[in-house]
Amino acid sequence: MRSNIINNRTIFFTLLVSYFFYSAYIYAFGTETLPGMISHTEESRHGQELFQEYNCTACHQFYGLGGHMGPELTNAMSYRGGDVGEIIARAFLTNGGNGMPNYDLSEPEISALISYLKFVDKTGTYPPKNYKVKWGMIFQEDDPEWVSEEIQ
Amino acid sequence: MIGLRFMRLGILSLGVGLFFGVIGGFQYLFPDFIRELLFTKTRALHVSMVVSWIFLIAIGGIYYYLPKYTGKKLHSNKLAVWHYWLFLITGICVLFSYLSGKFGGREYFAFPPILSIPIFVSWILFGFNYFKTMSNEKNSWPVYYWQWATGIVFFFLTYTEAHLYLIPYFRENMVREIIVQWKSYGALTGSWNMLVYGTALFIATRIGGSENIAKSKMAFGLYFLGLFNLIFGWAHHTYLVPSETWIRTFAYFVSMTELYIFGKIIWDWRGSLEQWEINRHITAYRFLFAADIWVFLNLGLALIISVPIFNLYTHGTHIIVAHAMGSTIGINTMVLLSSIFFIINESKESQLSKNQTKKVIHGFWIANISLAIFLVALILAGIGKGLLYTDMPFQAMMFNIRPFLVVFTLAGITLMLGLWIVLWRAYQSIGVLYSSLEDISEQDSLKEGLS
Repeated sequence: MRSNIINNRTIFFTLLVSYFFYSAYIYAFGTETLPGMISHTEESRHGQELFQEYNCTACHQFYGLGGHMGPELTNAMSYRGGDVGEIIARAFLTNGGNGMPNYDLSEPEISALISYLKFVDKTGTYPPKNYKVKWGMIFQEDDPEWVSEEIQ
Repeated sequence: MIGLRFMRLGILSLGVGLFFGVIGGFQYLFPDFIRELLFTKTRALHVSMVVSWIFLIAIGGIYYYLPKYTGKKLHSNKLAVWHYWLFLITGICVLFSYLSGKFGGREYFAFPPILSIPIFVSWILFGFNYFKTMSNEKNSWPVYYWQWATGIVFFFLTYTEAHLYLIPYFRENMVREIIVQWKSYGALTGSWNMLVYGTALFIATRIGGSENIAKSKMAFGLYFLGLFNLIFGWAHHTYLVPSETWIRTFAYFVSMTELYIFGKIIWDWRGSLEQWEINRHITAYRFLFAADIWVFLNLGLALIISVPIFNLYTHGTHIIVAHAMGSTIGINTMVLLSSIFFIINESKESQLSKNQTKKVIHGFWIANISLAIFLVALILAGIGKGLLYTDMPFQAMMFNIRPFLVVFTLAGITLMLGLWIVLWRAYQSIGVLYSSLEDISEQDSLKEGLS
């Protein structure tokens, strides 16, 4: 019985320690900035804060994570190329419509949100357009491995 | 008695949370429905109240079971009372923050992060009380003690991790922020599952009259596999986020076998029951049985959506909502209702009459049949979204899947009504039990005063 306790404790603490190591590893590696990403600006940071303050995630998604009532926004800014995405987003942010409430946002707030959406747009492509399937896994064009393979 | 107070609060929380869920369902179909209470508010209210239900009933059960069934006096009743009031006052602040439109804007925890501080404090009180109470236990712990302890420790760790976005190092890199956010959420869900599964096994041993299954190698195998999943299996949420592939490959490998073994244990236990034991706890047994069925169904869905090539089409669709609802309502809620009715039927004062049992069973069937329709509608809506959203504008896609969303909303109403029938009886009976315990406690104090 004593050895059982020790075994259970040993397994538990081994897993607990591995949790800390794995977490630290994830924080430091595997989520590095990709070549295409752009840095946050003061304006996009403010946009991110606004996105949270208005709880936009209740209706919208980034990378398929979030609510389902509104459209997915990861690549909303590059939608159909050119400025089309920005024009559409600006119209909705200004007037609401199609279920989107009119929050009476000020012009600087709208610009900040647009700036944040531009920042998100450059982080990757969702849903992936170019991908390879290997062993049931998906390898996307913006995965770090793919990017490094392409570079080579 | 403090455990019963947590339970009554939990029942209220689910009752109201379901109502906000139904309002949200209507807003899904008619976005202008109750315009004063935007969907951004109703969704947050629904999610927070339903998650609170899970925590409150699991915590209430632990506070109730430890002194009553294991002969362990709580280390400090006062700390448990503090825990209760801190949770309640923070909960009220969270509701007010939502209603007044003050958000922190994170999935699951949409309230301003400052309100997380009292939640941390209340959790420290709970953890301290639990570990101090258990510190005198000389015998080897049955698995449910381990599961409860793990739930407490990992909730604290993962809830902390969920707030790392406040540090610029995490917030500045979108990919890192999403990966860490969903890493913490995946593990946090695992931590509350630990509390719920521990409760399920505790009830199973009490109804079955044997501690053997809670000390078996299989039970510990399940527990450690669950912990392994909690730590390493979260990345199926982020298969499509451009992180290093090894993160996803590893999560794919870990898979979701935990649910299978959990189902197997309950199944084995069910087979070993004597008829009288089933009859005595027929209501608790019924809910546990339903949880078992939902485990198997949810396992099938979980396995499909965990395969990355299928995940490509199911991720971000209503199929994921179906999986979440199947877990929280089908598994967690059924287990927690089983815990409530186990407690109710254990005491003569609160035992259900035949008529009351009949009503609970009606509610049980209405809720479970509605849940089945609700989930099928969500899965069909999800398939529609997965197939159509790639080539179609959002509004056109939503128009095409609208019939499924209508069925989902209608089934949501009957699901709420079915659960309300069950919850009303549970709330009343827990109240009766609470009053009777209060009387006994008063009599004891009088006796002590006289002697």
